[in-house]
Amino acid sequence: MAEDLFNSFMNGPDEQGRFGIFGGRFVSETLMPLILSLEEEYNRAKDDDSFWAEMKDLWTHYVGRPSPLYHAERLTEHLGGAKIYMKRDELNHTGAHKVNNVLGQIILARRMGKTRIIAETGAGQHGVATATVCAKFGLKCIVYMGAHDVQRQAPNVFRMRLLGAEVIPVTSGRGTLKDAMNDALRDWVTNVADTFYCIGTAAGPHPYPAMVRDFQSIIGKEVRWQLAEQEGEGRLPDTVIAAIGGGSNAIGLFHPFLDDKSVRIIGVEAGGKGVNDDMQHCASLTGGRPGVLHGNRTYLLQDEDGQIMEGFSISAGLDYPGIGPEHSWLHDTKRAEYVSITDVEALEAFQLSCALEGIIPALEPSHALAHVMKIAPDLPKDHIIVMNMCGRGDKDVFTVARHLGFDMSDTEGRDLD
Amino acid sequence: MTRIDAKFAELSAAGKKAFVSYVMAGDPDFDTSLEIVKGLPAAGVDIIELGLPFTDPMADGPTIQLAGQRALDGGMTLQRTLDLAAEFRKTDDTTPIVLMGYYNPIYSRGVDKFLVDAAAAGIDGLIVVDLPPEEDDELCIPAQKAGLNFIRLATPTTDDERLPRVLQNTSGFVYYVSITGITGAAEAEAGDVGPEVARIKAATDLPVIVGFGINSPERAQTIASISDGAVVGSAIVSQIGAGKSVAEVLAFVKSLSDGAHRG
Ligand SMILES: Cc1ncc(COP(=O)(O)O)c(C=O)c1O
Repeated sequence: MAEDLFNSFMNGPDEQGRFGIFGGRFVSETLMPLILSLEEEYNRAKDDDSFWAEMKDLWTHYVGRPSPLYHAERLTEHLGGAKIYMKRDELNHTGAHKVNNVLGQIILARRMGKTRIIAETGAGQHGVATATVCAKFGLKCIVYMGAHDVQRQAPNVFRMRLLGAEVIPVTSGRGTLKDAMNDALRDWVTNVADTFYCIGTAAGPHPYPAMVRDFQSIIGKEVRWQLAEQEGEGRLPDTVIAAIGGGSNAIGLFHPFLDDKSVRIIGVEAGGKGVNDDMQHCASLTGGRPGVLHGNRTYLLQDEDGQIMEGFSISAGLDYPGIGPEHSWLHDTKRAEYVSITDVEALEAFQLSCALEGIIPALEPSHALAHVMKIAPDLPKDHIIVMNMCGRGDKDVFTVARHLGFDMSDTEGRDLD
Repeated sequence: MTRIDAKFAELSAAGKKAFVSYVMAGDPDFDTSLEIVKGLPAAGVDIIELGLPFTDPMADGPTIQLAGQRALDGGMTLQRTLDLAAEFRKTDDTTPIVLMGYYNPIYSRGVDKFLVDAAAAGIDGLIVVDLPPEEDDELCIPAQKAGLNFIRLATPTTDDERLPRVLQNTSGFVYYVSITGITGAAEAEAGDVGPEVARIKAATDLPVIVGFGINSPERAQTIASISDGAVVGSAIVSQIGAGKSVAEVLAFVKSLSDGAHRG
């Protein structure tokens, strides 16, 4: 099937940056020349061996790639069905998959002679990754972060500051990721000459969705050969599962498998308090409809009038009313399935991973794991699931403690139960 | 010939520059907003830019962000914005109205339906910030077919190579954004703007109007003197935001239009 170029799912986007009707370049005229020159530079870099050599060197020696593909034996046994593997991107330097993409974009920024890097962040993981790579290359770094997220992801705010970044709390809107992205775009139109906007997910105007996907695809490419190494030549996963905020870790895992028909692909959106009508969730595909925001057409949480709604999730990294355009297209073409997981279910998965595997996951991949918990028991033992453990939970321990009613200031160390 | 074309013909016959004012529809509430809009022509406004409220105005500074928020909090929608224009049209059939905003509320309604409704409400032109020429098939081309002007923004980053593309499907006038930045932020420097306006005028016969960063009668005059007219938005909107009376807002608008008309 991979040879069948006409029916391939891997050729998007088209010249206009579209995946079907999704994607595009919905930006103000001021930014248009900037994204055109970024596209040009990216196309040059993509075909330049020295670009990928630099990436590979940093991935190996700075990030610690390849990340392990780990057979979660006790979890598998506990669920009693499918064989579960975790792709351990939480072991990357800075603790999440975000750095895979940041390295690519910062190398591009350097090639373009840009000296000032801006980024938006939700959970703070993309902000930390950007601050980290900027520190390494001596670049000025400004991170926009919703005021609400500054509070709930305090450890990451401090990390960014330690790394020399300026963190600007965003108070417009409800102070989450969407608002941070608005302010980053406002910064970019103001500082066009020296500034590079390092977007943290596979969304935004073309070429960002494709570019971020290409940088994150290292995840799925590694899974391909790692699984073959552990399970035998040619063995592909039967199911791949990842959590979706904007969709970068998910598309990074999914993309190399899009043309392998036998691989079932499942994206997990944040269901918050449950996908119902009052939008207490962030499940854009399940609860939204196509619209235009932040430079691309994609599924969005919006009201009847086309006003964007605030999502809701325990996980700051999934708290975004949109989704990368390629996912919208994979959804409409039915190549991938999208489901949602509630806060409560994610918290359960979080604890199970700690207890059975000794892995404290971030709240984002806890959503993916929660869906694994739902489907694995009913699948045969020779069914292989690979889930993307895309981040570690250090940043979330305060949030989880609060939800579990554990007082962190209690020095007596009261037991969890 | 749209009302916009007619207005520029009239201004040019009189040797006058255009004064364009921006207010957010429904700010601070529907009735007050309508009263302000109705008073604009008498305050010397040649073209009314009517802001369409949107939750995520990515090209706007805090002043217009807050105005949009006030309007939305008051229940403003695309339909109510068209209602406001239609109410205005009952008393004024010549002053052009340009709807300015972002694409999603329009897309959400459906482009074809929107165009029919907008024309019926007496809207003459559209400025949609997040639709560059690369996305002309979305709304620009259908709007021109429906008899509405589609007014494009040209910016300091629009270089000579790109300019023809920006001008290609533009009609009514060209809106030159005098700064790289968001609304209400920096001040436009006349020294920078003059050559840019000349550059654009060399490439089009359309009038070139300059906006962003104009906040006083003096600046309006200076900018109008080196272009075909000036747009003032945030400075007026901040008066509304500060709770000034309709009469006070309109008096301020009058001082601005006097400035522009001296230019
Ligand atoms: C660990 C982790 N996973 C997932 C996400 C969601 O982003 P994406 O869907 O782009 O992977 C984030 C975002 O902050 C994150 O920190």
